[in-house]
Amino acid sequence: MTQHVTLTINGQPYQADIEPRVLLVHFIREVAGLTGTHVGCDTTSCGACTVLVNGTPAKSCTLFAVQVDGAEISTVEGLEQGGKLHPIQEGFFEEHGLQCGFCTPGMMMTSVAFLKEHPNPTDDEIRHAISGNLCRCTGYVNIVKAIQYAADKMRSEQATPPESTEPAMPATPTTPAPTATEAEAVR
Amino acid sequence: MIPNDFTYFAPGGLPEVWDLLRQHEGEAKILAGGQSLIPLMKFRLAEPAYLIDLRNVPGMALLEERDGSLVIGAMVREAALERSPLIQQRYPGIYEASAVVADPLVRNFATIGGNVAHADPANDHPAMLLALRAQVTAQGPNGTRTMPLDDFLVDTMETALQPDEVLIDIRVPQPLPHTGSAYLKLERKVGDYAIAAVGVMVTLDGGVCSRAGIGLTNVGPTAIRATQAESFLIGKQPDEATLREAARLAAEAADPTSDLHGPAEYKRSMVRTLTARALRLAVQRAQAGGGQ
Repeated sequence: MTQHVTLTINGQPYQADIEPRVLLVHFIREVAGLTGTHVGCDTTSCGACTVLVNGTPAKSCTLFAVQVDGAEISTVEGLEQGGKLHPIQEGFFEEHGLQCGFCTPGMMMTSVAFLKEHPNPTDDEIRHAISGNLCRCTGYVNIVKAIQYAADKMRSEQATPPESTEPAMPATPTTPAPTATEAEAVR
Repeated sequence: MIPNDFTYFAPGGLPEVWDLLRQHEGEAKILAGGQSLIPLMKFRLAEPAYLIDLRNVPGMALLEERDGSLVIGAMVREAALERSPLIQQRYPGIYEASAVVADPLVRNFATIGGNVAHADPANDHPAMLLALRAQVTAQGPNGTRTMPLDDFLVDTMETALQPDEVLIDIRVPQPLPHTGSAYLKLERKVGDYAIAAVGVMVTLDGGVCSRAGIGLTNVGPTAIRATQAESFLIGKQPDEATLREAARLAAEAADPTSDLHGPAEYKRSMVRTLTARALRLAVQRAQAGGGQ
């Protein structure tokens, strides 16, 4: 018996009649055709399939699509805006945060959610935050550097309003970073 | 991996949940966060024909102190417990257990109700909750039952829930003054189940232990209460020799099996070490004063 499911993925609605046993990751890859989200271990260990569900990072191989019917999903494809890489993407590029790249989409989605709550993280906090994402190539050193790069960049973007650096671009909607006290409260 | 086919329901209230459980007795499973059940279904170790998701049932994610108890709704996510200032400040043992369940991504969806009702002896909450003398509330069409967690955990993946009952919440007595708790887990890496883990609670009154709780994770068919070690502590000053003897008794209560993580004797030895360390920590917290 199929069930009607509607998900908004990176701002775009997708609907399908699916079997309840369809995992969120398969909805994203096969219904929406967004193959940036990877299936790694398929056993809730590696985090390659990490996406944001209403802003919260989750392993999409361990959720049924019907469980999150109506949710807003963010995947790696939604990070780049107007041809410009997200600071986390730029960080992985600049700091050589990947080798084979298979874990990278999940690493980046976990990092994006983490940096919203921890705009000025320590290396330890980063390592704790990505402890559900496995990388078998890099040894994590450059991944931590990449996330610090993104944190720096996002803080400086907050300090400098985007319109003053890019007068030609329309103001892009950005989510304000939490205040220091809000960030403290969740630690 | 694709689970076997099933029919999915997400009813908006408990009466509908009970009806569905009754209509499909023996074939239905409750779905909370799904972080244990879905992996089992993908391996086809579980093949329920009907899944009843609690996500639309209102009022199941309460987290508050009320009438002398901390009430934790069954649908409270691990991440919410880990981030709660109430839990961090007043229930450090519960905080420490939440913070070592699987990994941070799993904790965003995993629930404490699922962790307890799954009744896997490797899950982290039951041992800590045993130490804290937790009660669980079950609700079904015939009413509400409250029972000690000890009675709820019947055997490996088996609870005292009737076929049409649902675990609603977990109640932990509010800490008396000079109470400390702690949960320590030995795991090979993040995300693993415990090789062994220990949850303890100690209340000091006039420098001696007036209450003690010790629960053990993954060293028996269920989470185990180390009753002899608990009674040994009562009325004694928590000096090093006393804590060590309690730890030795706790290790005797463990009933581990040998596996890839090590022989049973190693695990029993780890229970002794972890119990001693957890007791020292809990005593320090109790001496530091608060209803911790």
